[in-house]
Amino acid sequence: MTQDRASRRLPVVACIIAALMLAIAPMPDWASPFRPDWVALTLIYWAMMLPRTYSVGTAWIVGILLDVAQGSLLGQHAVALCFVAYIAVKFHLQFRVFPVSQMTATVFAILAFYQFILFWVNGVAGVNAPAVAYWGPVITGTLIWPLLTLFFGSVRYRARP
Amino acid sequence: MLTARTENQHRSQKTPALGLRLLLFAGLSILILVIDHRENYLDAVHRAIDVTIHPLRVIVDAPVAMWHWLGETSAGRNELRLENSRLKAERLLTHARLQRYSALEAENTRLRAMLEARTRVRDEVRVAGIMSVSANPFRHDLVIDKGLNDGVYDGQAMIDADGVVGQVIETGLFSAQAVLISDPDHALPVEINRNGLRTIAVGTGEFDRLDLPFLPNNADVRQGDLLVTSGLGGAFPAGYPVAIIDNVTRIPQEPFAAVSAKPAAKLNQVREIMLIWSIADEDVPETPE
Repeated sequence: MTQDRASRRLPVVACIIAALMLAIAPMPDWASPFRPDWVALTLIYWAMMLPRTYSVGTAWIVGILLDVAQGSLLGQHAVALCFVAYIAVKFHLQFRVFPVSQMTATVFAILAFYQFILFWVNGVAGVNAPAVAYWGPVITGTLIWPLLTLFFGSVRYRARP
Repeated sequence: MLTARTENQHRSQKTPALGLRLLLFAGLSILILVIDHRENYLDAVHRAIDVTIHPLRVIVDAPVAMWHWLGETSAGRNELRLENSRLKAERLLTHARLQRYSALEAENTRLRAMLEARTRVRDEVRVAGIMSVSANPFRHDLVIDKGLNDGVYDGQAMIDADGVVGQVIETGLFSAQAVLISDPDHALPVEINRNGLRTIAVGTGEFDRLDLPFLPNNADVRQGDLLVTSGLGGAFPAGYPVAIIDNVTRIPQEPFAAVSAKPAAKLNQVREIMLIWSIADEDVPETPE
């Protein structure tokens, strides 16, 4: 039973770890402001699909890891991801029946909210960053969402016992 | 009926718990944020998590490191093959020599540049590699492959063969994060090499420009002046080249002139940097490079 649960969790944990790695993967200077929020996208999907297993707590732990990995203020991404996971879990029943276009628009809003929290914390802490550092990830993240759901969908299908 | 009710109960239990959990974790994050921003009690926690993250960094860095390693080994094989062919044909020999000479020449100029930088200052200097890991999206920074284990400390100055690169801001056990002088939040005390005029060079967020916002209109500053570290901030030892003034615009109605400078170091191209230990510190680790 526990082994079964572990084997079901493994693909999702692997997705999250891969997202963390993508978040610190090297990119050319011109492209780095447009790096999608891999971690946020991954958490939106899994919190929406498996809201009992992946929720605010998971988001917080992953957020702390992301903070350390990126060297941002400890807690910055954690608090932002908590809110993202909260929205995803709270409205997961609606989100699941959304058509792709509507879901993509929702993801845009969630990502914008996510970046707003990061912007807010940066503002309080006195970190200056150009506007493209906030809007770039929102746009690329939204564009990549439909492809990402296809990929995660296949992972979920395969992970099913 | 029964199942419907339990489901309902379950849901009614779940919803407030979710909000509560959000409150709990968000509150905790904000608490951590405040503590991390104002104090450094959390350094130990930071380091512990950093160690767990380190494997991810190594994995992310691995393909690039592998690529470099492959490049090195194939170059070695090439040299062997060329040496072999030198015994066989003279035409091939000259060809091979040309190839080897160009490689050696490049290496030699790099080493000379490094040596010059090293002899110019009397500080202990050690080479560190840059991990191909990008870090904070809101900062100009990089990750180096030396950490506490190698004696790296917070605030340590970093240079490359041409000039100042930045300083270490976060030290993990095996790696460290450093902020570049081009970061918008980085300010560096400098002086003009020609006349010793002291000012502050502020990062702009562009790799090829620093601003000098505090020079009055009548300041003796010209295009082409070399800026060196003044050593006043305490973080950087004095006398390292920082940037070359490339634009001076005097604005009569403003108190300060608009002066910008081009960093001497190639901030976005560095593959390895040198860490500086001031000799006076006496805590230079003994591990040879």
